[in-house]
Amino acid sequence: MKKYFNNLTEALQNFLIEVGELSYFAGRFFKEFWKPPYEFKEFLRQCFYIGNRSLLLVSVTGFIIGAVFTLQSRPTLQEFGAVSWMASMVSVSIIREIGPIITALICAGRIGSGIGAELGSMKVTEQIDAMEVSGTNPFKYLVITRILATTLMLPLLVIVGDLIAIYGSFLVENIKGNVSFTLYFNQVFNILEFSDIVPATIKTFFFGFAIGLVGCFKGYNCTKGTSGVGKAANAAVVYTSMLLFIIDFVAVFVTNIFYDI
Amino acid sequence: MKTNTTSKNAIITIKDLHKSFGSNVVLDGFDLELYEGENLVVMGKSGSGKSVMIKCVIGLEQPDSGSILVMNQEINNLEREDLDELRTEIGFLFQGSALYDSMSVRENLEFPLRRHTKKFGIIEDTTPLVMEALESVGLADAIDLMPNELSGGMKRRIALARTLILKPKIILYDEPTTGLDPITSKEIVLLMNSVQKKYNTSSIIITHDVDCAKVIANRMILLIDGVNYIEGTFSELSSSSDPKVQAFFK
Repeated sequence: MKKYFNNLTEALQNFLIEVGELSYFAGRFFKEFWKPPYEFKEFLRQCFYIGNRSLLLVSVTGFIIGAVFTLQSRPTLQEFGAVSWMASMVSVSIIREIGPIITALICAGRIGSGIGAELGSMKVTEQIDAMEVSGTNPFKYLVITRILATTLMLPLLVIVGDLIAIYGSFLVENIKGNVSFTLYFNQVFNILEFSDIVPATIKTFFFGFAIGLVGCFKGYNCTKGTSGVGKAANAAVVYTSMLLFIIDFVAVFVTNIFYDI
Repeated sequence: MKTNTTSKNAIITIKDLHKSFGSNVVLDGFDLELYEGENLVVMGKSGSGKSVMIKCVIGLEQPDSGSILVMNQEINNLEREDLDELRTEIGFLFQGSALYDSMSVRENLEFPLRRHTKKFGIIEDTTPLVMEALESVGLADAIDLMPNELSGGMKRRIALARTLILKPKIILYDEPTTGLDPITSKEIVLLMNSVQKKYNTSSIIITHDVDCAKVIANRMILLIDGVNYIEGTFSELSSSSDPKVQAFFK
């Protein structure tokens, strides 16, 4: 019992230390973000790399989710004679919640682990130290550019994912219910409001920031050789996923206060 | 034993350097002076703090106490920008070469060059400078290769070219021959010698390799128990009767 209690205390202590270090890392980001030199070229390269690397995956997943969601919901809606509500239901669900969280989770796996592994391997092979001794601030060059790129690219990926998911849903409705493109998208745009789109888009910036921040934090502080790189990549995905759900919960809570949805 | 080098100008002066990691005392009052144009070899057992010492010199590690003067500037008191500027005068050759593996050889060499516009101005065409550095290490043909296409010896040479491109006054070598076969090690040591003559650099060389020390050292220091245990030329140290010193040359 005492051993169990000690392990629990140690785990809690480690968790709090980790949270403290992550907060310090985030603080350093905001402190150094404003200071020149600005690594604009590297930022653009990262934007292209992050966006390009995840676009296909986000598109395919978005299409499948839209299509499957529609296929699964159809029998239930049919039972209540409410199939005509399909476009409205799917679009609100996807825009408000499913699109952002699924895209963010995919990107946490794809981008977050990639950043964790890349920076981790640079750390253990002394490439970050080499950058430092060549008179370049590696935090600005590697960390700030990546966090900014994920913060800006994730909302774009979510928008693409949402649109493709709704299109996937339309295709199923078109095949199963012979619903025309105009009718379907008229229903989509009639139901969607400002309070659906704006808060959902704003939270994706925070999702992107969390993915970049945790990936960079785990990679930049990676130790213990090559096994440490694997652990950094893995921890980046696990911690980011947890953080995404917490941010989502807070975002929905705050949105409820302002819009009473 | 001290060699008489006081008439020369010290380019690096380390005084009473202390560094510990938890309860493990690594440096316990270490002193060193590096003079202009000399090759100073620092030998010591694994884990004796040699690498930590040169990382303190370049500002990668913070000492617990002590003074490190590099070109008359106290490293520990420098602001980030001043430290970065001073670092352009110091080259550092890492044990594992530390080439940026996402960049080609050309990009590896251009990286420091493009970031130090204060020292070099804005360079439109970096190719001549890149080629000059690569020719100095005999690898001009490797300009478009990626690091994963290079052998261990080639990586070490490219890393040396990357440090040379900033035309540093000081080069710190962290075990430059470790992990290389005897022939490649010999080539690297000869290359270091030729670089020192061509660029008139001052160097601190951390090594276990007695053959390397024999060829390259103008002066040697043995780091034992965290202090500068003994100092002298290779022949002075290799003929010492002290068992602790002899252990390195057997």
